[in-house]
Amino acid sequence: MTIEQTQQQIIDEFSMFDDWMDKYNFLIEMGKDCPLIETQYKTNNYLINGCQSRVWLHASYDGKQISFSADSDAVITKGIVNLLIRVFNDHTPEEILASDTAFLDKIGLKEHLSPTRSNGLLSMVKQMKLYAQVYQLKSIQQSHD
Amino acid sequence: MENSKRFDIQNIRSQFPALHQQVYNKPLVYLDNAATTQKPQIVIDRLKTWYEMENSNIHRGVHYLSQQGTVAFESARKTVSTFLNTKFTHEIIFTKGTTDSINLLASSLGKLLVNEGDAVLVSGMEHHSNFVPWQQLCIERKANFLVVGITGTGEIDIEQYKLLLEKRPKIISIAHISNVLGIINPIEEMIRLAHNYDIPVVIDGAQSVCHQKIDVQQLDCDFFAFSGHKMYAPMGVGVLYGKEKWLNAMPPYQFGGEMVSQVSRQETTFNELPFKFEAGTPNIGAVLGLETAIQFIESVGIEQIAVHEEKLIRYALKKLQEIDRLRFIGNALKQASVISFLIGDIHPYDLGMIIDKLGIAIRTGHHCAQPVMEYFGIHGTMRVSFAMYNTFEEIDTFVAAVKKAALMLE
Ligand SMILES: Cc1ncc(COP(=O)(O)O)c(C=O)c1O
Repeated sequence: MTIEQTQQQIIDEFSMFDDWMDKYNFLIEMGKDCPLIETQYKTNNYLINGCQSRVWLHASYDGKQISFSADSDAVITKGIVNLLIRVFNDHTPEEILASDTAFLDKIGLKEHLSPTRSNGLLSMVKQMKLYAQVYQLKSIQQSHD
Repeated sequence: MENSKRFDIQNIRSQFPALHQQVYNKPLVYLDNAATTQKPQIVIDRLKTWYEMENSNIHRGVHYLSQQGTVAFESARKTVSTFLNTKFTHEIIFTKGTTDSINLLASSLGKLLVNEGDAVLVSGMEHHSNFVPWQQLCIERKANFLVVGITGTGEIDIEQYKLLLEKRPKIISIAHISNVLGIINPIEEMIRLAHNYDIPVVIDGAQSVCHQKIDVQQLDCDFFAFSGHKMYAPMGVGVLYGKEKWLNAMPPYQFGGEMVSQVSRQETTFNELPFKFEAGTPNIGAVLGLETAIQFIESVGIEQIAVHEEKLIRYALKKLQEIDRLRFIGNALKQASVISFLIGDIHPYDLGMIIDKLGIAIRTGHHCAQPVMEYFGIHGTMRVSFAMYNTFEEIDTFVAAVKKAALMLE
């Protein structure tokens, strides 16, 4: 699935809920499916510190695609973390860099990415893009070797 | 006479426009009053009238508006002075808020009293506003920053306090009521003990001033700081009360217009109290709004407010106890207007987000008091805080919402 397709899939899933409680219940469930960061990486080096909740993020690159794993101490944050991972996981750095997170707006979760929330999510998206940039540079360098 | 006044909650609520709104299609239940209180219509109107009809700069004009403005501003100072029962009106300094008042002290009183090798004493339950300015002063002056610990129930460790007094700190600065725990500190006793050594005591009254009668002469504190916006007044205004002898001895904090009497190329002589500490144009509208807020509080009756809020907190404590795995953070006998709690290992942010969608405003996180979080070994709490306009029904709604959220998050 392309990034856009996954985003559309999530929008469809959320369109079933007209109540906030159902949405949050769904996010809580989503959080349970989050590809968990290995304990060896659950350290300050991989910590994205928000004032309200904390997020740990790790990325690996197989030369083609990036895969992410993460965790959060807050379960709703973790649900949103997993949404972001579902969207960006197993894509090339180029694909990740070319996409945005506008789908969060369509499912009413945009506010969770606002800087004033300080829950670590905005920084997490930035960090994911940063990983993509770094891996893109690496692969360009390698292709020149 | 005071006590016979009826506490008419519906009438009080009707005067706060912000309370009568829906958020996410639910009636707003506002329980974040320790962060800031809502404003009654008369305070809003006072600001409006100032800007519509009276706006002028004070203490400097010959013209009508300026003179009227000056009279109103100085009358507000008198009102604050009477409210706190200060000995002199010029012991009231208008500032931007508690933070500004404490920074003024850390700078000015710090210059007067604190030198290399000296010490300043605060407690481990202070808001960052009453912690960081003193800590930074101590770093700058190579002085010792002493922090008295707190006990398991969240009270200041008085025995340790007595021991620390032996180190003869030059200044002591303590919260009257903790913004995290709601604990009322035994400041009378702490002030008395400090005065045995002639140590001046600063009281951070941000969380106490609108919940109980403050009489600075009876407390005998040397300084008392608070913010208008936490007591139904506009934002951007606060007060620093200081005993005349200290304010006279202290050097000015900021320099500029208003606070000088003679300026030549070589030197400047400073204006007398209180103007010495009020450099620049003050937030006049907000000061007048503060006066109106005080009059409003007095018309309801501060004792009546205290009684009502005491009932609210007892009721909320009882109701919250029904919740499985709930624990209170700080659980002393003397508690006012604030309750902090945790449920099992539910993250406060999760719970706060869910009940927000049910229309309920509470605060989650460390409440700008990370040192106190350290004592309890936690990252944050959920905090509810009450004001005169809160009701028992609102507490029921809140507790039901917490139960619902806790079930979801289990
Ligand atoms: C105990 C205490 N001190 C100081 C402050 C700071 O007040 P302000 O932000 O109005 O300056 C607060 C506000 O949260 C407080 O609760």
